[in-house]
Amino acid sequence: MDITQLKKKSLEYRKTLIEIIYNSNAGHTAGSLSCIDIINVLYNDILDITPDNFNSYDRNRYIQSKGHSVEALYTVLCDKGFFKKKDLDTLNNFDSHFIGHPTRKVNGIEHNSGALGHGLSVAVGMALAYKMEAKPFKVFALLGDGELSEGSIWEACTTASKYQLDNLVVIIDRNNLQISGDTELINPIEPLDKKFEAFGFSVKKINGHDVASLKENLNAKPMSENKPSVFIANTIKGKGISFMENIVSWHHRVPTKNEYKLAIEELNLEIDKNNG
Amino acid sequence: MDNQIGKANLEVFAETLLQEAKLNKNIVAVTSDSRGSGKLVPFGEQLPYQLIEVGIAEQNLVGVCAGLSAVGKKVFGVSPASFLTARSLEQIKNDIAYSNQPVVLVGISAGISYGQLGATHHSIHDFAVLRAINNISIVSPADNFETAEVIKKSLDYDKPLFIRYGKKPTLNLHKEGQKFEIGKAIIVNQGDEIVLIATGETVQRAYLASQILKKEGLNATVISMHTIKPFDKETFLEAVSNAKVLISIEEHSIYGGLGEICASIISQEKININFKILGIPDEYMINGSQSEVLDHYDMAPHKISNLAKALISK
Repeated sequence: MDITQLKKKSLEYRKTLIEIIYNSNAGHTAGSLSCIDIINVLYNDILDITPDNFNSYDRNRYIQSKGHSVEALYTVLCDKGFFKKKDLDTLNNFDSHFIGHPTRKVNGIEHNSGALGHGLSVAVGMALAYKMEAKPFKVFALLGDGELSEGSIWEACTTASKYQLDNLVVIIDRNNLQISGDTELINPIEPLDKKFEAFGFSVKKINGHDVASLKENLNAKPMSENKPSVFIANTIKGKGISFMENIVSWHHRVPTKNEYKLAIEELNLEIDKNNG
Repeated sequence: MDNQIGKANLEVFAETLLQEAKLNKNIVAVTSDSRGSGKLVPFGEQLPYQLIEVGIAEQNLVGVCAGLSAVGKKVFGVSPASFLTARSLEQIKNDIAYSNQPVVLVGISAGISYGQLGATHHSIHDFAVLRAINNISIVSPADNFETAEVIKKSLDYDKPLFIRYGKKPTLNLHKEGQKFEIGKAIIVNQGDEIVLIATGETVQRAYLASQILKKEGLNATVISMHTIKPFDKETFLEAVSNAKVLISIEEHSIYGGLGEICASIISQEKININFKILGIPDEYMINGSQSEVLDHYDMAPHKISNLAKALISK
């Protein structure tokens, strides 16, 4: 997909995810806004995961370890035809499959996540299986920065490195905030690049909102043969809505009626500018 | 009945898995520095590309198992039962059970198999914690036959499964031609008024107790309840409906295991029976070998038979 289209998608997705959070009166607003550009580029340009090939073993994989940003994922999967918008509109209703964390009961969801620190091991298992079969598929795992305090992430890194999983691409949504505040005040995780390097990864810092850069970097061949890759995607929590950006409370705040209106207006202005 | 001492169930597990994995390249074993204790050294030597070693990292082991399974592998995650079901319980809950990956988790050296190594290495909690997790079956085979059978049956089992083994040789308990199904209890001996129900390595103790009782003219039913979940309520009810005494015997805490399943059923079904649960009580437990500890907690065959006699005359 070309850059103009990707940019357009990002804006539309922001509108949808805010709409479903507002209508269902629950959700992780700011974290979904920080990773939506990454998920957009993955599903529209890189993964080639479709409703038609989803049930096949032979395809690329996407694991969203930061499961709480599921509204971003639902939004993109809906656009890709995995389910209808009217089904997504049941989000958080009694007996709906559309709940606040990914579940395989929803078409297109690869793995149930929500408890943090689990996704990377699962992605490592998938990448290992493709290596064992000498199949050319890649596994992408999106991790939050807060969950990097979980020890299991680093256990998974040792196995990724041991088995030289150059078909594994880890993306860190580095928005610098977690539920209680600044990641570096809660439990410092820097220097992230050096940590991942020491664990045997090829590391690159990228702009997690620049769809052109995401397209180029995530499509590239492994940075080094026989090494897993990690992209530290610098992002802004709440990105795209002026009054949500970098504000801790938007981690799981739902917009009021007025805030919702303002957010949609801001996005509509951006869409007009983009069309402009 | 061929009541010879067989091999350790652990050895039979490893031999059966190796045999099956030679025929099916899709089988993968994942270990956490546990190939020695899991008797999987020959597996690693003969099928190096079907064994994944993650090091001492049980949480990672379970997650990796889930990922391999999601891409179509038949996965056996092999790790000491103690660490597998406590350290990585959340991975079992979310990545295996809730995600419905038909991984086989093999808890080796279960119960108090590690004996003198102490409580860090005991798994007397695994039935209890896994019973409370939706969508995972629990099997605790009694002898070499049940061990080999559950591994063969697990290959086509399309749900998450936990199997626990001990490491001491066990008595062969079954007649030739015995059938085995996950979820279907085996009547080792059909008796009348006394029912001894056990699981895993305590079945042989129940059997030996029944032999003592036989000499005294009492014919006890012995049930190998190898599958803790889903529980074979039908066979259980049939055995207890006309009995006077029920004793459950397990190498597990008295909380949350076989005994409490029996208690739940007999109370809800209003079955009037003299009932005792034998297992590890809630105390700072005594140190010793597996058999010393089981004997100490009233699971010596003669203690079981004495208890049965006391209960029948009540």
